[in-house]
Amino acid sequence: MHPILKLVSQRVALGLLLLLAASVLIFAGTMILPGDVAQSILGQSATPEALANLRAELGLNDPPVTRYFNWLAGAVQGDLGVALTNGQDIADALGRRLGNTLFLAFWAAIIAVPLAIFLGLLAVRYRNRWPDKLISGVTLASISIPEFLIGYLLVYFVAVKLGWFSSVSMINDSMSLGEKLSAIALPVGVLVLVVLAHMMRMTRAAILNVMQSAYIETAELKGLSGFNVIFRHAFPNAIAPIVNVVMLNLAYLVVGVVVVEVVFVYPGMGQYLVDHVAKRDVPVVQACGLVFAAVYIGLNMVADIVAILSNPRLRHPK
Amino acid sequence: MAEPLLTVTDLKIEATAYPPGEPPQDITIVEGVSFALEKGRVLGLIGESGAGKSTIGLSSMAYGRGGVRITGGEVVVNGRDILKLGTRALRRLRGAEVTYVAQSAAAAFNPAKKIMEQVIEATLEHGRATRAEAEARARALFATLGLPDPDRFGNRYPHQVSGGQLQRAMTALALCPHPDLVIFDEPTTALDVTTQIDVLAAIKDAIRETGVAALYITHDLAVVAQVSDEIMVLKGGRMVEHGSTDQIINSPHEAYTQALVSVRSIEHEEKVPSADPVLRVEHVTARYRGTAFDVLHDVNVEVHRGQTLAVVGESGSGKSTLARVITGLLPPSEGAISFAGRPLSAALSGRSREDLREVQMIYQMADVAMNPRQTVGTIIGRPLEFYFGLKGDAKRKRVAELLDEIEMGNGFIDRYPAELSGGQKQRVCIARALAAKPRLIICDEVTSALDPLVADGILKLLLNLQKIEDVAYLFITHDLATVRAIADSIAVMYRGRVVRYGPKSEVLAPPFDDYTDLLLSSVPEMKLGWLEEVIAHRKIDSAGH
Amino acid sequence: MSRIPLSALIGLIFTGAYFLAALFAPFIAPYGMAEAVGDVWEPMSRTHLLGTDSIGRDLLTRMIYGGRTTIFIATMATLLSFTTGAVLGFLAAVIGGWVDQLLSRFVDLMMAIPSLIFALVVLSVMPVTIPVLILVMGLLDSTRVYRLARAVAVDINVMDFVEAARLRGEGRVWIIFREILPNALSPLVAEMGLRFIFMVLFVSTLSFLGLGVQPPNADWGGIVKENKEGIVYGVPAALVPAFAIATLAISVNLVADWILNRTTSLKGGRGG
Repeated sequence: MHPILKLVSQRVALGLLLLLAASVLIFAGTMILPGDVAQSILGQSATPEALANLRAELGLNDPPVTRYFNWLAGAVQGDLGVALTNGQDIADALGRRLGNTLFLAFWAAIIAVPLAIFLGLLAVRYRNRWPDKLISGVTLASISIPEFLIGYLLVYFVAVKLGWFSSVSMINDSMSLGEKLSAIALPVGVLVLVVLAHMMRMTRAAILNVMQSAYIETAELKGLSGFNVIFRHAFPNAIAPIVNVVMLNLAYLVVGVVVVEVVFVYPGMGQYLVDHVAKRDVPVVQACGLVFAAVYIGLNMVADIVAILSNPRLRHPK
Repeated sequence: MAEPLLTVTDLKIEATAYPPGEPPQDITIVEGVSFALEKGRVLGLIGESGAGKSTIGLSSMAYGRGGVRITGGEVVVNGRDILKLGTRALRRLRGAEVTYVAQSAAAAFNPAKKIMEQVIEATLEHGRATRAEAEARARALFATLGLPDPDRFGNRYPHQVSGGQLQRAMTALALCPHPDLVIFDEPTTALDVTTQIDVLAAIKDAIRETGVAALYITHDLAVVAQVSDEIMVLKGGRMVEHGSTDQIINSPHEAYTQALVSVRSIEHEEKVPSADPVLRVEHVTARYRGTAFDVLHDVNVEVHRGQTLAVVGESGSGKSTLARVITGLLPPSEGAISFAGRPLSAALSGRSREDLREVQMIYQMADVAMNPRQTVGTIIGRPLEFYFGLKGDAKRKRVAELLDEIEMGNGFIDRYPAELSGGQKQRVCIARALAAKPRLIICDEVTSALDPLVADGILKLLLNLQKIEDVAYLFITHDLATVRAIADSIAVMYRGRVVRYGPKSEVLAPPFDDYTDLLLSSVPEMKLGWLEEVIAHRKIDSAGH
Repeated sequence: MSRIPLSALIGLIFTGAYFLAALFAPFIAPYGMAEAVGDVWEPMSRTHLLGTDSIGRDLLTRMIYGGRTTIFIATMATLLSFTTGAVLGFLAAVIGGWVDQLLSRFVDLMMAIPSLIFALVVLSVMPVTIPVLILVMGLLDSTRVYRLARAVAVDINVMDFVEAARLRGEGRVWIIFREILPNALSPLVAEMGLRFIFMVLFVSTLSFLGLGVQPPNADWGGIVKENKEGIVYGVPAALVPAFAIATLAISVNLVADWILNRTTSLKGGRGG
């Protein structure tokens, strides 16, 4: 078999294994306390009967391993259980919420990625001169600012003082695309700024690394124009590291989404998770954790696979 | 005489240094360099590292690597001062009139593109030929340069061919656009000695056939003597001497040139092997864990008290692995090692402190062989503390004695490794080894990373110390001239086996086995016409077989 | 002679100021921590330098005490994360073999789940007290420190001077503390600064989401949460703690950058 196919399938297998192990970890994470989940849900004043009922309902009387496999089996078939707090089917609610979150993340990514690459190229082109330093400075500031600050800054200045967009981003299926986009403009703005800050440093480093390679000097000494040097020699070798950076940061986007959804009261998965953590609704928390982990692991896996596929040594073995 | 192709007058090159915690300083790298080169002639630029040879070579394209600036003088190529040209005009010059062959071709090729595409790229870019013509020329050059399967060689990717082949491919790249001047920047330095010969001959042939002028940069005087018509000796960015190759090699004027010419001509009377071997390696076979083949196979050697066994081989011969086996880092799968008659535990963990004290090691790269956070005093003092329990004044006194022995003063005690020169660092490593009063010191390529003159100094020091301290050396090297200088007995290794072993005089005298013959004949000698002799000799050999 | 660049100086001054304020909070806060002393959301004035919060407490006082909580938690979590991660990372690098494999695979697994998500999952079943927060944050983050410490230690471990020490017969303790650690210190210390910043942001985010520091204690993230409704009415009270978090983070970043730059030059000069 071509060595590349072997490597890729190994990586995919590893990803699945990782996901499985993550599911164990997430499940175990909710079992940490020696005390009792039912107790902490119902509080100190619960009657013994109420506790016993809740335990039976939650299946807490089964050994943990059995509970894990029941849960896993259900999850694989698309049944993520039922919410404790309101009896809603989790898979249903999650599906809708996931769709919203992906919608938000998609638009943020579409704007942030080309912008990050462009700014990275700019920073390298004017290395150590003022555009580079400016970009570096702004990036540094942005990484140090919590997402909710950026969110509230935008709300304060753009929504309240300027009144351009609303400070709450409710969307539902009855809205047109345009209306939806207008509703999510601010949260997308926040996400773009957050992800841009992280991605910028990495794209700059990746491009710089390629530009400092010996074969770039060879191209320059051949008398190629600046454009040709970058386009013909730097670019093909920069694709892999840049895609890698993008993938890693999309994974980061997944996390940033949680805070942004809370700030803007957006009906996505992040909001869903946070609400139910506060209510200690364990099945929902487990399901959300699993989905987030799956997305995160998946994106990292794609990053690795792209790195494998673009390595000329692996594509054309000796 | 026709107008010279390249005239350099009073060249001055500067750079900016950024010492930590201080304001940036301007330093002069090259000053007052002048020379002229005619069409079809080869000028060798020779000097030690830091002499400015590459910088001067690149300046004939008006190029400064890494922030280096040409600040004075004139560089006239084909009648015009290229230092005054604008960017666009310079681009037309580079890759067409003047081309460059880099030191490390492996890094200089773009891993994502096929070789042919990169070889003809400059030619096409400057409109010097059509694609069909360029490809045909490339293939012809591949053939001249001795590359295998010249018609299809270009279809491969850089990582699919060997270093020596890439170096030749880069030469083809430089010659393809019919340039007037080619700059060869240490093209064979990174290659094995046996490969170097073939590439050298190929380059010489190609230069002759195409009639280009060339600047050949190297630190190896013997190599440059084979390819150039004139030689310019450089030191610290300034010219020391400039003359025809014949004059430089056979009657050098300046003291520095004379030192360079006489380098590695130390001769050493071999000693008669004494009866008591300090180290005995018997039937040792070893392999790295998890690999399928033996790195060492049935190795048998002895080192005698107060004498030097030189282990010679190229990369992959197993000589460094032998050192790892002897020190216990890699236990052999078969065979035994004994020290002064008693068996030595195969693994490091089984050895006593006395055992460990008796066998010391000196490394190739002195920078990484010393802890950068420890002072010279601490580095040399630790073995004294560890093996002999010396402390305080007694320790300080002994450290001072050792510093004396390595010809460095007491003022070095509180210095850090980063503050020392290459030669000084290696001397400190020698003192550290001596501090343990060992009976055997393993020297793993200890002079390979040093400039020739500095390396000479270290070899002389080692020989001296051997007499004083009666210590034996296991000297690992790939350089035959070093072997001649220092060895009493020699073991030649090839692919994990010892192919030839015995006292120096015997090993270096014919009749030779095939590999030793190849190895010995590949070492460039400081004499004109040597290259042609070797090639002719080889052609006769292969014709005869 | 080393000169401190301007950016690092600014960083040091601000960081120092915040830490001192945290240390001496009871002595410099103008009012009591939970006293309601004015109207809801008063603007900045001479009596209330930063105005008041959503139930009339002096915002400056809340900020000073909140800073104490934030900095305390972040510092303790950083110390926990660092000691755990560095010790395990070094051990893995020096011992190697199956210890290394086991630890590294486990850390890989932990890192496969984003920290915030994992923290939320765990906090959904635990009582959210300050010690629990410190423990959860510290342990989750120790994975990153482990990776770095191990990588640095492995890099140093393969250098010839470590091998020379081994061949001499030096024991593991000497090798870790006298050969590896002195050379690993600088990148690790710089990283410590970055980890501290991350902890500050992390705890603030958790508190903002309502899952961090619980009332009556408050940290800067919690103060943002308490005052966030005001934003819609144009009251900037929630921006103040968020701003403090940002300036603290930037200052520490500047100091960490300076340390990193100083120490790469100590290792023997620039580049090739």
